[in-house]
Amino acid sequence: MFNNAQEFFNTLPLIIMGGGIVISLLIEIYSDKNKVILPWFTALLFLAVGLHSLFYTNDVSIVMQNMLATGGNVNIFYAIFTLGAAVVTLISIDYIKKYDMYFGEYYLILQTSVLGMMLMAAAKDLFVIFLGLELMSISFYILAGMNRKRAKANEASLKYFLLGSFATGFIVYGIALIYGSAHTTSIDFITTNFAGLTSNLLFVAGVLLFLIGFSFKIAAFPFHMWVPDVYEGSSTTVAALFSTGGKSAAFSAIIASLFALFNGPSGNVFTPYFAVISVLSMFYGSIVAIAQVNIKRMLAYSSISHAGYLIIGLAAGNHDAIAGVMFYLGAYTFMNLGAFGIVSLVEGKNETNLDINSYAGLASKKPFLAALLSILMFSLAGVPPFAGFFGKYYIFIAAIESKLTWLAILGVISSAISAYFYIRIVVLMYFKPATNDFQIETSNSAMLGIITSVIIVILLGIFPGSFLDLITRFI
Amino acid sequence: MTLQIVLFFIFAAVSAVTAVIMITRTNAVISALFLVLNFASLAGLYLTLNAQFIAVTQIIVYAGAIMVLFLFVLMLLRPENEKKILDMKPKLQIFAMIIAFIVFIQIAYIIFFAQPLQNISPDLTNSIKAGTIEAIGRELFTKYIVPFEAAGFLLLAAAIGALVLAKKKFE
Repeated sequence: MFNNAQEFFNTLPLIIMGGGIVISLLIEIYSDKNKVILPWFTALLFLAVGLHSLFYTNDVSIVMQNMLATGGNVNIFYAIFTLGAAVVTLISIDYIKKYDMYFGEYYLILQTSVLGMMLMAAAKDLFVIFLGLELMSISFYILAGMNRKRAKANEASLKYFLLGSFATGFIVYGIALIYGSAHTTSIDFITTNFAGLTSNLLFVAGVLLFLIGFSFKIAAFPFHMWVPDVYEGSSTTVAALFSTGGKSAAFSAIIASLFALFNGPSGNVFTPYFAVISVLSMFYGSIVAIAQVNIKRMLAYSSISHAGYLIIGLAAGNHDAIAGVMFYLGAYTFMNLGAFGIVSLVEGKNETNLDINSYAGLASKKPFLAALLSILMFSLAGVPPFAGFFGKYYIFIAAIESKLTWLAILGVISSAISAYFYIRIVVLMYFKPATNDFQIETSNSAMLGIITSVIIVILLGIFPGSFLDLITRFI
Repeated sequence: MTLQIVLFFIFAAVSAVTAVIMITRTNAVISALFLVLNFASLAGLYLTLNAQFIAVTQIIVYAGAIMVLFLFVLMLLRPENEKKILDMKPKLQIFAMIIAFIVFIQIAYIIFFAQPLQNISPDLTNSIKAGTIEAIGRELFTKYIVPFEAAGFLLLAAAIGALVLAKKKFE
C-alpha cells in the first residue's frame, strides 16, 4: 500500500475521485435536495481534483506496488479530464432538465467515467489500463443511452456498446500477446526492453492489436463508423464528453503504455501504421464533414479529422511529439467542449435547431453567443492566435523533426480543407438573415462553462509557452 | 504414464469433443448443456495445472451461475431452431474460414516456434503455492489492490447503469 504520507498525498486525485463517487451515491440515496446538491457537488469535485493535480505536478513518483504513476504528465492529463468534465457538468445542469431526463445517476456515471480515464493515464501496468478503459467505456455506454425515451439514444447506446466491446476484444487480445511475449504486464519492463521485444513477432502483433483497439476509442479512420451515429443519438453534453475525455484518455493510455514509441529521434516501428491511419482520418473527416447538415454530425466528423492530426504526433515518435499531442489534447478538449456547449444551448426541446442552417442570423439575435461560437470555430479550424493553431503547429513541427515532412504537409492541406466547414458556420451566423426565432432558454451555469472554456482556449493561444513548458518539464 | 498425464488426456478429449458437439447442434439448449460440460472439463485441466482456485471458480461462476442463467433465458425465450447463417451467406463462410485459419496459424506458431517452455522453470513448488486461495488473496490485496479497487468501481458503475437503463422511471 502506501509507504509514507507523501505517497498517499500523491495519490490524492484518485482517492478524492473515488471517495467523491461514494459520497455522491449517498447524496443521491438519502438527500431530498439531491437535484440541487449533486450537480454542484460533482462540478466542485472535478474542480478540486483538477486544481490539486495542476498544483502538485512536481510530485513525480510511482506508487502502489508499481501500479500507478503520479505527478508530471499524469497530473496534467488528470487536469485535462477533470476540468473538461467540470465544464460538461456545468453545461449538463440545465440541458438534462430541458429534456426532462433528470437522473442523479447521470452525474454519478460521469464521475465513474472520469475515474476510469484517470486510471488509464496513471497506469503503470496493463491491468490498470484495461480496467480503467472498461470503467470509462461502460460509463460511456450508459451515458449514451440515458435518455431512454428517444429511440436514437437507445440505438446510439447499443451501437457504441457493440463496437466498443469489439474494440475491447482487440485490446485484450493484444494485451494477452504482449504478456505472452514479455512474460509480464509491467509497463516499465516493456518500455525498457522495447527494442529487444520488437524483434518478437508476437509482441509486434500484440502491440498492433492494442493500437487497433485504441484506434476505435480515439475515432481514427477505419474504426470510426460508430462516431457520427453515437454523437448524433446521445445527448449533446454526453457527446461532448465522448469526443474530448474519451479521446484524451485513449491517447493518455497509449502514451503511458507505449512510452518507448517516443524514444527515437525519428519515428518508430509503428510509424507506417500511424502515418496511414492519420492521413486517412484527417482527409476522411475533413471531406465528409463538408457534406453534413446536422451540426452534431459535423462535429463528429471534425473529431475524426482531429484524431488524425493527433496521430501524426504518435507517428513522429519523439519527445516533442508527446508535448504536441498533450498540448493539442488540452486545447481540443476545451474548444470542442465550448462548441458542444453552445450547440446544447441553441438546441431546442425535441432536437430542433440542430441543422447548421438554423444558425443563420444568430449574430443579430444573440451577439455574445455568436461571438463565442466564432472564436471556437476559428480555434477548431486552426486560425492563430487561438489554442487550436498552436496544437497543430507543435505536432507538425515534431513531424518535421522526424523527417515526416510529407505528413505535416498533408496535415496542413487537410486543415485548410476543414477550415471550410468551420468558417461556414461563422458566415451563416453573421452574413445570413435570421430564419429562426431562437427561443434559447438562458442557462447561467452553461454560460459559465462555455465562457470558461473560451477563456482557456484564448489563454492557451496567447500564452502557449507556459503550458508547453509545464509539459516538457516532465518528458 | 503418470496419473496426471492420463487425467490430462481424458479432460482434453472431453473438452475438445464437447466443444465440437456444442457448435454443431441446432438446438440451443443442447448446445448450452454441452458448453457446461466443456467448462467442467476445462476446470479439470486447470486442476492438473495446480490452479485449484481457478478450477473452482470456473465451476461455480461459469458452469454454475452464468450457464444456468443462459439456460433460463433460452428456455424462457424458446428460440426457433437456429437458422444456419453460414448457409445463407456463402461469402461469410469464406470470411469465417480465413479468420479460423489465422487463429490456427497463430496457435501453431505459439506452440512450435515461440518456445514458451524455455521461460518456465521446471521447479513446480512455486506454481503449486500460487494456485491456492490463500496466495491469490494475498496477491489480490497487496500487489493488485489498485486493479481490485478499480474492478469494484467498474461493478458499481455497471450496477447503477443497469438500474438506470432498465428500471428507473422518468419523472
